[in-house]
Amino acid sequence: MNDSAPDAGWFSGVDASDLESAAAAVRDGSSEVSRDWPALAVESGFTADRESYYDALKEATTAAARSAIESRERADDRQLVHAIRAMDDCERTANELAERLAEWAGTVDPDAGTGLEYARELASEDREAVAGEPAIRSLAERVADLGDEADDLREFVERRAPTVAPNLSALAGPILAARLVSLAGGLESLAKKPSGTIQVLGAEDALFAHLRGHAPSPKHGIIYVHDAVRGTHPDHRGSAARALAGKLAIAARVDHYSGERKPELEAELAERIETIQARTSDADIGNGDDDGEPAVDGDRDDENGGTNE
Amino acid sequence: MTVNRLSTAIGTTRTEARMSNGLLPTGVQRRTIDGTERLATRGEPVYGEPTDGEWRAWAPDRSKLGAMFELEMETGLEGGETVLYLGAASGTTVSHVADFAGPTYAVEFAPRPARDLLETAASRPRLFPLLADARKPETYAHVVESDVDAIVQDVATRGQARVALENRQFLADDGRLLLAVKARSEDVTREPSDVFEEVCTDLEEGYEIFERCRLDAYHDDHLGVVARPR
Ligand SMILES: C[S@@+](CC[C@H](N)C(=O)[O-])C[C@H]1O[C@@H](n2cnc3c(N)ncnc32)[C@H](O)[C@@H]1O
Repeated sequence: MNDSAPDAGWFSGVDASDLESAAAAVRDGSSEVSRDWPALAVESGFTADRESYYDALKEATTAAARSAIESRERADDRQLVHAIRAMDDCERTANELAERLAEWAGTVDPDAGTGLEYARELASEDREAVAGEPAIRSLAERVADLGDEADDLREFVERRAPTVAPNLSALAGPILAARLVSLAGGLESLAKKPSGTIQVLGAEDALFAHLRGHAPSPKHGIIYVHDAVRGTHPDHRGSAARALAGKLAIAARVDHYSGERKPELEAELAERIETIQARTSDADIGNGDDDGEPAVDGDRDDENGGTNE
Repeated sequence: MTVNRLSTAIGTTRTEARMSNGLLPTGVQRRTIDGTERLATRGEPVYGEPTDGEWRAWAPDRSKLGAMFELEMETGLEGGETVLYLGAASGTTVSHVADFAGPTYAVEFAPRPARDLLETAASRPRLFPLLADARKPETYAHVVESDVDAIVQDVATRGQARVALENRQFLADDGRLLLAVKARSEDVTREPSDVFEEVCTDLEEGYEIFERCRLDAYHDDHLGVVARPR
């Protein structure tokens, strides 16, 4: 392509009919100087005339911008990871402080409630009982603010996840999608994980205990919160988790490598889960679970889940 | 190189089209739309602007170049020019430019607005979207032709004079720089007029300034500048 000459146009060495390499030349090329490219392109025989040069330029710049935008947006997975972690930190801290606040306020307010909701109440209204304790009110305001921040971050994640990982977000919901990306350390590393690993992401403690021989293998990690797993009878949750992880692995790969939407993944998962849930509890579990790789010893449907939610 | 359609100096050669249309380029008109007289161009609507047949209103409070026209700055544009537009965002202004100009190169470096820019550009065959950083002209000099007739710049980032100077290489000797300077992008704490003074001084390293005008009527703490390379 044009990396040989420091001052060649994007079209140099490019076949006008090969859109992909034309777009790559626009996107990745460079030049120290600008020249009268339309004239040079016609001169070199790239296109017959100026107008067809501009037509080719239009196609190439559009394709180049589209692919550059997509890869830059996918790089936004770092933003997503920070946002979901910050959201969790805000929620945890807000809840802890809300408990502290409830305990404290309980010493002066006979009707003290609990949790974030009570903190918001205290922060927003003038309550007789705590009127003499501005410190309590002030703490309540901080707690309520933290709660608001967590809500804002959740909205941010819900908006951002579908652009970073459209298929994964459609299958898992934006929040779970963001958690998976975060646990894997980025969309690319999630895309490179086998589905058996995705199945137990977030259950690392249980997995290590199992590997040390202390415990049965976990059937699922964070994906437990997905309806496909939670809504399935405990006897079949291992199968459901395996099926779900299999589809999530595919979704993550599509999102990372092409970004193209594949709505059929959702339909396939729904069908698979329906089949699993239709089984009676004494059916021959473990058969036909060929969608996903088993987690460690995954064909045993143990009682223990990997999470304790 | 394209035929240069700009009038050479201030207030000299005027084409008939310009005479009949005030200071507006051919393809930009004042038209009454929704009962108000507004600037308008012909093209596919982009941002929910009111339309009248094929004409769509050009809102000066959403576009610095629109404000420059509204404030009757002498842009030198006559229509049909080759334009390099820096800071295209989602394409509000550059869509109007592409409606009346010739080949228009639109540089924007943030992916999110650029996605909308792609849509805006779809119905405009001579509007070329480039996802690039205007501070690194070498990353698009292999695409943008030399001797463009006008550079329109609205990047709202620190170092606005620098950006204009670094892109001067694309501009024809008698081409025009139509620059919007946002004071707050340079320094939020300083008086806008001081910031404008400094930006213009820096600009004079490579440009001769013809006209400057505060755009405050439509855009707080913005300055419009018309210049040409020296
Ligand atoms: C005020 S907005 C432009 C609005 C647009 N000109 C319009 O009127 O429709 C400024 C834009 O410049 C972009 N920008 C800032 N620095 C830039 C740079 N170095 N290179 C390219 N674009 C830049 C921003 O991403 C933003 O979209």
